[in-house]
Amino acid sequence: MFTRKFDRRTILKGAGIGALGLSTGLSSILPARAAGLTIGILYVGPRDDFGWNQAHAVAAAALKQVPDVTVIEEENVPETISVAQSMESMINLDGASLIFATSFGYYKPFVLDMAAKFPDVKFRHAAPLWTEGDPANAGSYFGYLDQAHYVDGIAAGLSTTTNKLGFVAAKPIGTVLRNINSFAIGVKKVNPAATVQVIFTGEWSMPVREAEAANALIDAGCDVLTCHVDGPKVVIETAEGRGVKTCGHNASQAPLAPKGFITGAEYKWETIYKDYAAKVAAGEDLPNFIGGGFDKDFVQSTPYGAGASPEAIAAADAAREEVKAGKPIFVGPVKKQDGTDLVAAGASLDNYDPALDQTDYLIEGVVGSIT
Amino acid sequence: MADTAAPANGFALAETIDRFRRSSEFVVIPVLALIASGLLFSIFLLLVGKSPVEFFSLVWRGGFGTAFSWQNTLVRASPLILTALCVAIPARLGMTVIGGEGALVLGGFAAAAIAIPMTSWASPFVVMPVMFLAAAIAGAFWIGAVGWLRHYRGINETISSLLLFYIAVSILNFFVEGALRDPSDPNKPSTAPIGAENMIGPIPGTSVHWGLAAGIVACILVWILMNRTTFGFAARVTGGNVRAAQGQGLPVGRLVVISCALAGACAGLAGYFEVAAIHGKANASLIAGYGFTGILVSFLARHNPLAIVPVAILLGGIAASGGLVQRRMDLPDATVLVLQGLMFVVLLVSETMYGRLAIFKPKGA
Repeated sequence: MFTRKFDRRTILKGAGIGALGLSTGLSSILPARAAGLTIGILYVGPRDDFGWNQAHAVAAAALKQVPDVTVIEEENVPETISVAQSMESMINLDGASLIFATSFGYYKPFVLDMAAKFPDVKFRHAAPLWTEGDPANAGSYFGYLDQAHYVDGIAAGLSTTTNKLGFVAAKPIGTVLRNINSFAIGVKKVNPAATVQVIFTGEWSMPVREAEAANALIDAGCDVLTCHVDGPKVVIETAEGRGVKTCGHNASQAPLAPKGFITGAEYKWETIYKDYAAKVAAGEDLPNFIGGGFDKDFVQSTPYGAGASPEAIAAADAAREEVKAGKPIFVGPVKKQDGTDLVAAGASLDNYDPALDQTDYLIEGVVGSIT
Repeated sequence: MADTAAPANGFALAETIDRFRRSSEFVVIPVLALIASGLLFSIFLLLVGKSPVEFFSLVWRGGFGTAFSWQNTLVRASPLILTALCVAIPARLGMTVIGGEGALVLGGFAAAAIAIPMTSWASPFVVMPVMFLAAAIAGAFWIGAVGWLRHYRGINETISSLLLFYIAVSILNFFVEGALRDPSDPNKPSTAPIGAENMIGPIPGTSVHWGLAAGIVACILVWILMNRTTFGFAARVTGGNVRAAQGQGLPVGRLVVISCALAGACAGLAGYFEVAAIHGKANASLIAGYGFTGILVSFLARHNPLAIVPVAILLGGIAASGGLVQRRMDLPDATVLVLQGLMFVVLLVSETMYGRLAIFKPKGA
């Protein structure tokens, strides 16, 4: 009996020593991080969502090609204390000195807290939120995608035969409403008889409701669909399956709709990311806020798909060049849904007019309610 | 030494060993199960062409290897301790409540909703305890209702608590996107901020918030309640056999409702700490899945309140290292979920081993 006990003890001892040796041995083989600039990027969802996160991931992949730049990525980071912990982990364990926080809810309080805690690290956030008084090492960058949605609208307005277009939208908030309005202005410009019907799903990502909304719009007679949800995959595939044409959003969905894809509104974060990396490498300061559209190459149109007719392509190309040159999208008369003037006849709103950031209305010609 | 030991001492030693055999069963089996799940996961990693050695060393480094890693781990463990109690307490009465997330969401919402009208006139010394209580009461009401429905209406508590979670989310969204929405933020619907003075800071010297301390205290209190009081005894009898408990005249209905309410209060407090220590307002970020991970924690801890703390720290550490694993090994985020899932399944299987292994059986003198 005692012999057995000693045996067990010896085995346990041996196992303990072995484990100890193993763990110390392991800690020495951990890879050291590369010299040069380390950039950390955080995504709120999966990197291959055919949407918002993929648009950033595509840019991150391009950034990896820049010499002396190491890109570290983390996906599915929720807008909770996790994001603060992940940023801190990138800084502490990986030596990141520039952080791209790509989800709206990361900014307050997490980016602000971390920027105050790590004054030597630069933080940039993908939404126009930075204001005077926020930490100087924090900042915002943003692409005005409504310009690309306007171009989509031009192409879509020339592609409909029923004069009904459908828009599946996530939440009735400023950016989303602005994209819907710009799309509708594009549609009405080339096809005044057409209407844009909107259904809000209420969530950024709710595939079941997105499919229901797409089907409902098609049942209601819409023959061109577009959307503003985090991952447009479901909407585009549903429409393609039912033989309806589509315009994309956020990233390229062209592979999902080989027959009916017209074009899409895409971000081009790559322009911003590479610019930041170059500035940091040159020892320059980063601006606290930058924003732009076609003019600065921050947004782009997805290459035309099989669904685009020659006249739609010509009109969309022309519209894009006009916007790039600074021609306003909101040219009067534009009325809100309630009949009041948004832009009076003869007047216009600049494409970067701050009033558009506060959009809380839909324009006339859009069918659907915010509430 | 063994040679010189007198026979009497030998018997005493044998008795000690026997006692040790019995009590060690509850430690050795879960630890072996964890090791087994680690081995299974290593096979999974090898199949996708990654090194298990690198994976586990990164988990160690990201979760426990540095002072920062420990804080990261503890921050992530904090909400899990409280939400795990929401599963563990009803489990003592034989109930499987899985809707702690709903109590967390409503607790956090109630804390913010009650604080906002008070911020203009009340001092933080009033606002903070009121928020604390509001969160506990909201959670207690929510899961207490689950217990009531179970006992007085015969509605399955697992189903009802899950469905009530969806209702809780709808209530939160209804107010946050409607009457209580802060109009200054057009893009992320949230309540107005509760004000920096009404927030609770971190535990001094760390970046860990007070929810960790509250969780540990709650675990100790629940352990005392369940193991050292007549209430706990009655609750365990009810969990063992409801008919026997009723036959003995135990107030089963009251025990069920009170236990569920206590459980809900714990989850509600998790929501309070999310609002008062992290977000400073209520919004959809409250729906982060802590309530559901808490189910896993409670089952891994075999519903023992004292075991919840180390298990929550273990899972917090795995979550904390998830980012490092993604970054260094280029593995998708779901990898860590695969590990958690394997741990859960292997532990459930190991439940069948209790009392079956000869090594844990007393040999007798």
